[in-house]
Amino acid sequence: MAPVTTERDLRLDLFRGLALWLIFLDHIPSNAVSWITIRNYGFSDATEIFVFISGYTAAFVYGRAMRQNGFIVASARILKRCWQIYVAHVFLFAIYLAEIAYVAHSFDNPLYTEEMGVLDFLRNPDVTIIQALLLKFKPVNMDVLPLYIMLLVGFSPVLWLLLRAPSMALIGSAVVYALMYKFGWNIPAYPNGVWVFNPFAWQLLFVFGAWCALGGAKRLALVVNSRLTIALAVAYLGFAFFVAMTWYFPRVAVFLPRIIGDNIYPIDKTNLDVLRILHFLSLAVIVVNLVPRDWPALRSPIFGPAILCGQHSLAIFCLGVFLAFAGHFVFTEVSNRLLTHVIVSAVGIGVMVATAAVLTWYKNIERGPRPPAARPGFAGGDA
Amino acid sequence: MRMVSALLALGVLAVPARADMPAECRVAQHLVEDSLRLPGVASAVAAKHLNVLVLGAGSSVLPGPGGVNLAYPERMRAALTETFPGVAVTLTTDITPHRSAIKMAESLVGDLRKSKPDLLVWQTGTVDAMEGTDQDQFNQALDKGINIAKSAGADTVLINAQYSPRTESIIALGNYAEIMRWVAVQHEVPLFDRFAIMKLWADFGTFDLFTATKNLDTAGRVHDCIGRLLAALVADAVKPDSPPIQGGQ
Repeated sequence: MAPVTTERDLRLDLFRGLALWLIFLDHIPSNAVSWITIRNYGFSDATEIFVFISGYTAAFVYGRAMRQNGFIVASARILKRCWQIYVAHVFLFAIYLAEIAYVAHSFDNPLYTEEMGVLDFLRNPDVTIIQALLLKFKPVNMDVLPLYIMLLVGFSPVLWLLLRAPSMALIGSAVVYALMYKFGWNIPAYPNGVWVFNPFAWQLLFVFGAWCALGGAKRLALVVNSRLTIALAVAYLGFAFFVAMTWYFPRVAVFLPRIIGDNIYPIDKTNLDVLRILHFLSLAVIVVNLVPRDWPALRSPIFGPAILCGQHSLAIFCLGVFLAFAGHFVFTEVSNRLLTHVIVSAVGIGVMVATAAVLTWYKNIERGPRPPAARPGFAGGDA
Repeated sequence: MRMVSALLALGVLAVPARADMPAECRVAQHLVEDSLRLPGVASAVAAKHLNVLVLGAGSSVLPGPGGVNLAYPERMRAALTETFPGVAVTLTTDITPHRSAIKMAESLVGDLRKSKPDLLVWQTGTVDAMEGTDQDQFNQALDKGINIAKSAGADTVLINAQYSPRTESIIALGNYAEIMRWVAVQHEVPLFDRFAIMKLWADFGTFDLFTATKNLDTAGRVHDCIGRLLAALVADAVKPDSPPIQGGQ
């Protein structure tokens, strides 16, 4: 069996918390503050970070459970977690319906007769609600939770294999990814099209995260810390940054050789383009080398807020989706000035941090007098 | 970003405008400059007869009896007539609300045969985003449409979705807008970035795109500007590289 580190790695909480903040900022349409988020400076975005760390923590929490209590108990816990996420998804859908219904009542403009057609589904809510419950109707910004549910539903057998033959599990995951590209696998969506985050593609990052948690990270340490890898990562990030600049400054685009443009576009987010994976891996290499696991600053108050959010990822993710709706509401109904964008973004993150603090407090009072250090990592199974 | 846009806009104001473009339209003029070439249109203009086909969905029309005359296709025709004096500009439209790019590409074959345009102006991307059309299919439909227009001897200009602040958190335009941008780059056809133009107007307060109204006043002015800016893009795209001339002045 693969060795498992028992000590909590705060870097995971930190970067998942940061990813949640970035997802929130990116989810507010036309948010000026989203210029700071990483998607503008390369190929990958916060989704990759979130999915990778989720795979890592899922393996960490349920790997321990599977080892101690067996396959059935661990699988049951994983399915319970799926149910929680499903309930969270339905809760978000209810908020979304409320927002749509408000827009339908308050908005009439001859410029936008076409766009208002998006509200037509309110005429047959029976179909829409059922499709939403089946995870086929997924409104804007509500794609991540169905992906997460699918990844966890299929996770038990993968985890079983990861604990016995980790390399086989990782190779199997890569094979599924390759077959997905070959045969165009995805899950159908309602009213048409396919899932925005293709589970057959994104499982690769999730399983890779899990593989790293179960000893893979140690096996990779030599590669990750080598100068050659770091140099390649820096070069690739530089290349991605340059390509990203051509999106915003067309005059830079003339320096991008046509053959490169012809080969890299479109950079497919739905099917987790290889360029995106490489970009995420390069970022990870740099971060792992810059931020050691025992870096004292991880326990300093500067990073406390992000770590808190990362420890309650499901609740804070859902809150972020809601806050993004609310933030957009402020932009359209109250003010669309730059200052409003800054204030809404800052207040949103503040609310996320405060909520995470309250959740930690609840966890502590419900847990009783046991010291937190005795608890297995990641906030009691918040995988 | 806004500062930069504002400075750019001010810079544009100093340049003499073609076809007496109102100031409110000119705010966004820098967004249609530096267009790719439209060689077919250039020879049509030289031959004094320019035939334009507008293929679009619901955001290419305005409601009501006067809607057709107020909407951007007719405004573009009027602006092109002003821009190219002595050139007969004819306009055909194939506009049906709530139609995806795939269906438009299908009906394009018949349109091209009937009207034999020199220029195809293709507005799309909203309905596909609303319906969540498969992105590969959307991409292929654009490729197909541009290719058949090309083989029928027509240049293409793509128009992307409108900026619609109220529905922004409901319709995910992003991926479809990016596909349109990439397709435009790959086929070397100009993309008329209607989204960025209207967003700029909303940010500057040039037009109020937020308030609920049944009045066609603002909508008509917005479409008038879009028509004029399309004409400006076309004029820019047929302008010889050097020496620069001011077409239509």
